[in-house]
Amino acid sequence: MAPDTALMREDATARVAMQATTESRRSRIALILCATGFLFLFLVLPLAAVFVEALRQGFGAYLSALTEPDALAAIRLTLVVAAIAVPSNAIFGVTAAWAIAKFEFRGKTFLTTLIDLPFSVSPVISGLIYVLLFGAGSALGPWLQRHGIEVLFAIPGIVLATIFVTFPFVARELIPLMQDQGTADEEAALSLGASGWQTFWRVTLPNIKWGLLYGVLLCTARAMGEFGAVSVVSGHIRGLTNTMPLYVEILYNEYSFVAAFAVASLLALLALMTLVLKTLLELRFSSPHGVARH
Amino acid sequence: MPATAMASRWRFRQPSVVPGFGMALGFTLAYLALIVLIPLAGLVWRSASLGWSEFWRIAMDDRTVRALEISFGTSLIAATVNVLFGTVVAWVLTRYRFPGRRVLDAMVDLPFALPTAVAGIALTALYAPNGWIGAMFASLGLKVAFTPAGIVVALIFIGLPFVVRTVQPIMEEIDREVEEAAATLGATRWHTIWRVILPGLSPAILTGFTLAFARAVGEYGSVIFIAGNIPYVSEIAPLLIVIRLEEFNYAGATAVAAIMLAISFTILLLINVIQAWSRRRFGYGA
Repeated sequence: MAPDTALMREDATARVAMQATTESRRSRIALILCATGFLFLFLVLPLAAVFVEALRQGFGAYLSALTEPDALAAIRLTLVVAAIAVPSNAIFGVTAAWAIAKFEFRGKTFLTTLIDLPFSVSPVISGLIYVLLFGAGSALGPWLQRHGIEVLFAIPGIVLATIFVTFPFVARELIPLMQDQGTADEEAALSLGASGWQTFWRVTLPNIKWGLLYGVLLCTARAMGEFGAVSVVSGHIRGLTNTMPLYVEILYNEYSFVAAFAVASLLALLALMTLVLKTLLELRFSSPHGVARH
Repeated sequence: MPATAMASRWRFRQPSVVPGFGMALGFTLAYLALIVLIPLAGLVWRSASLGWSEFWRIAMDDRTVRALEISFGTSLIAATVNVLFGTVVAWVLTRYRFPGRRVLDAMVDLPFALPTAVAGIALTALYAPNGWIGAMFASLGLKVAFTPAGIVVALIFIGLPFVVRTVQPIMEEIDREVEEAAATLGATRWHTIWRVILPGLSPAILTGFTLAFARAVGEYGSVIFIAGNIPYVSEIAPLLIVIRLEEFNYAGATAVAAIMLAISFTILLLINVIQAWSRRRFGYGA
């Protein structure tokens, strides 16, 4: 009897403590309704609208919009740009995180701030700086023109702008992760006779693989979806320098709404896939938001 | 002692047995310089070569001033709305358990993942006078899309995760015992929230606000579809840069960009100051 009543009493105190540190049932429900209503209005409805508008004239119209030669060219270009930009930034991210997390040196904080810089620059300005660098009025422009090298209004410009915009993603995920892990594992491997590269491939890379994947995922989503920066440097040449987001804009401005939303729905699916993978990766990390800071 | 002598000597880096420092730092600096620093320096150099009076003339141009006012004004409103609702969303997601919570939590990141152009046309479809939400406003005689209100809607969408994801981890760290102590001392629940919980969250909320605001000021893709883009009414500063570029008016584009950059970097500096202050005051950063 006695332990039972003690337990009951403990239970009751726990309940009182819970009540003291939470809101009344009515305000809890009100707050939940307020939050879900807001998210529904601003997140769920726009997402639903993309698919509803895309399928407005049936599935046939949807498919034919996606198999247009210009649409296929846009999809191909988007994939090509991401296939160049993402690995470049991944290699940079790993290298920068290695230098910053595994060593102590002067100016480290400043270097980290510089790496984050592209996040605080407007996408339009990210495009503009390359126009100023490679455009006709620049020092490099005439030289490039004489040698027949096209950067602006061509694929290299789009790739550069995309690299700039997605620059910090991988580095930003890896730096805190590798700082937490310290250098003990690497020191152990080195003391057992492993070479520097062996240590990196066999010890460091397996340690950071999920963080790396996470960064690459975010980087890819942004690389495929970037609009402002790419729009400034692309020149909007149909079938040649239009990525998917730019093609969406062109179709929309031509009032081909179904086609615009059809291409947009592919990008929306990509975003949903990113969210699912991101959630799965966060479960693996078992730190819900520690890695999700932007 | 030789050890203290070594420690007190200035050195660029601490000795380490881990190899590859030179190569890694060299590659990092080279890549950073080529992709980010040199192009950005080019922008600064270009706007400096305009000369002060020319720069001032463009900066004080009516259309430029108006575009900057619209950009910063709508961003301020959107970031404020995001702070109010974003804090409630973060609170509900960390404190309450209800069906669908995990899905909603994952959905908060949608604006990070959804391309801005897609968000722009989707929001326009919703808020246009014949859209699902726009029709409701239209029956009240109000117009959202193609007015500055539409800009605010788009900026709320893209800024929301910044507030939620900054406030959420700090909320999870709150020690329940502090709340229990407040309750035993006779504080009502609202009193505890206002006087105990919110002050501890304020640096995180402020950081979230600044991040959402900074992102909103530079936003382009989602806004241009819904804004209507009427000069002096709903034309944002990033759009003005694009228009100047299309006119081959590089000086105009550069000057507007330089002003925006200067303001963004001031904001970035402000975030760092807030974080340093909050670490001193509360023992953790936001």
